[in-house]
Amino acid sequence: MTYKKTLIAVFSIALVLVPSLGGSAQTNVTLLNVSYDPTRELYQELNAAFAKAWKAKSGQTVTINQSHGGSGKQARAVIDGLEADVVTLALGYDVDAIQKAGLIAPNWQKRLPNNSSPYTSTIVFLVRKGNPKRIRDWDDLVKPGISVITPNPKTSGGARWNHLAAWGYVLKRQNGDDAKARDFVARLFKNVPVLDSGARGSTTTFVERGIGDVLIAWENEAILAARELAKGDFEIVVPTVSILAEPPVSVVDKVVDKHKTRTVAQAYLEFLYSDEGQRIAAKHYYRPRTPSVTAEFSQQFQQVQMFTIDELFGGWQKAQASHFNDGGIFDQIYQPGF
Amino acid sequence: MKKHSVLPGFGLTMGFTLLYLGLLVLIPLSMAFLKASSLSWDQFWHIVTAPRVLASYRLSFGASFAAALINAGFGLLVAWVLVRYSFPGRAIVDGLVDLPFALPTAVGGLALTATYAPTGWIGAKLAAVGIKAAYSPLGVVIALTFIGLPFVVRTVQPVLVDLEREVEEAAATLGANRLQTFRQIILPAVFPSVLTGFALAFARALGEYGSVVFISGNMPMRTEIVPLLIMTKLDQFDYAGATAIAVVMLVISFGLLFAINILQWLNARRLSAA
Amino acid sequence: MSSSTAVRTLAAARASSTTEPAFVRFGLLGVALAFLGLFLIVPVAVVFEQAFAKGGATYLAAVGEPEALAALRLTLITAAIVVPVNLVFGLAAAWAIAKFEFTGKSALITLIDLPFAVSPVISGMVFVLLFGARGLFGPWLDAHGLKIIFATPGIVIATMFVTLPLVARELIPLMHAHGTEEEEAAVSLGAGGWQTFFRVTLPNIKWGVLYGVILCNARAMGEFGAVSVVSGHIRGVTNTLPLHVEILYNEYNSAAAFAVASLLAALALVTLVAKRLVESKAHSGRNGLTASTGERKEQDEH
Repeated sequence: MTYKKTLIAVFSIALVLVPSLGGSAQTNVTLLNVSYDPTRELYQELNAAFAKAWKAKSGQTVTINQSHGGSGKQARAVIDGLEADVVTLALGYDVDAIQKAGLIAPNWQKRLPNNSSPYTSTIVFLVRKGNPKRIRDWDDLVKPGISVITPNPKTSGGARWNHLAAWGYVLKRQNGDDAKARDFVARLFKNVPVLDSGARGSTTTFVERGIGDVLIAWENEAILAARELAKGDFEIVVPTVSILAEPPVSVVDKVVDKHKTRTVAQAYLEFLYSDEGQRIAAKHYYRPRTPSVTAEFSQQFQQVQMFTIDELFGGWQKAQASHFNDGGIFDQIYQPGF
Repeated sequence: MKKHSVLPGFGLTMGFTLLYLGLLVLIPLSMAFLKASSLSWDQFWHIVTAPRVLASYRLSFGASFAAALINAGFGLLVAWVLVRYSFPGRAIVDGLVDLPFALPTAVGGLALTATYAPTGWIGAKLAAVGIKAAYSPLGVVIALTFIGLPFVVRTVQPVLVDLEREVEEAAATLGANRLQTFRQIILPAVFPSVLTGFALAFARALGEYGSVVFISGNMPMRTEIVPLLIMTKLDQFDYAGATAIAVVMLVISFGLLFAINILQWLNARRLSAA
Repeated sequence: MSSSTAVRTLAAARASSTTEPAFVRFGLLGVALAFLGLFLIVPVAVVFEQAFAKGGATYLAAVGEPEALAALRLTLITAAIVVPVNLVFGLAAAWAIAKFEFTGKSALITLIDLPFAVSPVISGMVFVLLFGARGLFGPWLDAHGLKIIFATPGIVIATMFVTLPLVARELIPLMHAHGTEEEEAAVSLGAGGWQTFFRVTLPNIKWGVLYGVILCNARAMGEFGAVSVVSGHIRGVTNTLPLHVEILYNEYNSAAAFAVASLLAALALVTLVAKRLVESKAHSGRNGLTASTGERKEQDEH
């Protein structure tokens, strides 16, 4: 019967195709970089630049595959067997989770300069043209009648930075008064009409669906939206105090040992710290680490007083446990209402 | 077990069926139970009755029920119009009814959000009269109505086609007006199929994820559906918690489907006895 | 009263007794079409409107991009494996269930229906629990260098699960409706099992088979939730077309997202046209039964 023939044909196609997915000749090397949502454009350019540099240096042709998604989801995929040679995620907590699963060495954050985060960002506001609601700082976000867009901290890494930035702002202003911070953040979330599951969803809600007066976002996302998505329709407002967001990168030891790709994976991450890598990061609105590149792009980034998560929250493990785990502060803020 | 039959192939086909079902359905789904069993009963109960989870059951069940109800009413109407009236474009409309089934749910979600958001074609008009469609429980109902639309229409349609007009004529001759005929002759005849379609749409809506997350707004306690909470738990590396909620949903799904199949069987018996 | 007048009065009475007054008819028709318009036609129109919002060139660029083509290829491969396998399963299950009597039939049918009602999130998750690195078979697969999750096999298996009921559910009522007399006659005349199946059963159910295949194919190409969990989202490698739509949407490239979405919508529409053709063939064919619409009714009756 014909369907038998089809079946045979299909299986032979499958047999031909499946091995081609994992090819690894020595002159051709493939890396998988598992990253979070807003870095698509950044790594598109970085990967091309690195491939060129690596070809010149070693003669090897390197192909870098990309996977993007919510940071926590991506970390889970790596833990469940997505064979990432490197991870470039939104927060250290997610890399820690991969480390706990035994795939990354415990000292990962010390292996590369600057806490293993080659570029930084901060949390800023995106408002509509002319800033009709006169939003200047965090205090303006909790005023009645202001509609704030931020993603859900339970599912979005970016949203956790937003939450902690607001919290830290109050701690800085009120001499570390946690009760006041909690009250502030609770009032802030009262003004949020939509909690998208990821940072990109929130930007779309704000920009394309026209909902909300202000979007709390990564600086790189906000500049991207203001300059490229809808030129002239939005303005960036930088608050007086914000958080230093340090997206970490790491080689996944178990995987590079299996794929025998440690050298190239290591070189790839180091390339992020090179002047060329730093310039590409800055071009995509991430704050570079190298002083010389920072100076080149000084026009692009406004000065803002920044605090780190270690300084105010004692690191990601603690922040995650007290703020975002089930039954944590974020849940408590929402639980009794409605 | 099996009654005697002269036909061959029972062993082969039944064996293959059970093997395939076992490998592809039973073993994978039992993994959820296995994983959830790492929890103690107290932990399990605590997870599946947490306030946020309870709120999501309320939304998932409430919105699915509302959507299935809308589909039961309008689906019957659409089926009636398609079977009984002729109008230009009927064949096209008839074909389009299946679209939500064939369209990827993510595309459906994007399309519905673009349509019902305050900037969308319909959303703008609703917003003008103060109705918030997208990013509210109403948005969830809209998405679930969309995906459940084919079921009632497709279960009622064949019954209406086969409905004998002579009975309606007889009713009319006996002095019944059209409304009475409808209530006392047509409705009882199609009711079992409406119920089946309703239950199918309801079961499908309970599990729907792709189209709902775009339009719901995902607000804790207000517009979070159960599958989203499972996803949330997974993203927090909480496998046991995710599977605990999944087990609750699986048991409910199985129960619902079993009820549908029993219903159809009873109905078939009633018809053949009549 | 002449006989012709009598006939005419009778016909008029018949019409008036089994249809509604014109205004009711138009009212019902209007409401039904308005409902379909709100929930079906407008959203689909929006897909096409947004797809062409930035012009035809953008549209062609979006659908001709290498990653879109890779996604299309993966989607087609998946469907090409899933549909035949589920077809074989559907035929086997329908034969066993429709041609024989045994206890536990309702439970078995419910089991076949189950993937249809299980949330796609759960269906993806259970395969991760089974084949993931920390899953039941994870270490074994790893030791043997086999990749299932986050590779093509995982996507195929998840799609297989989701589309499992479709062919079987079309065929069970259809085979049941045909009864067993013809097959029994063939067997008593000395035909073998396969012979009976190919010569007697298959011609009777061929349109149902085709219809089930079309539905199964549509679903296989469009599955999003379950595949999303097991794919790993590697661009150009493990992204299917529906996942590619989501990626484009997340890249603020909504024109391209809707362009690819419109491709899928067009695919769905082609499917529906094919389905209609199958139906009309089935109605006109000698052995054809009322293909799609009659089946559930027949199942109810038997």
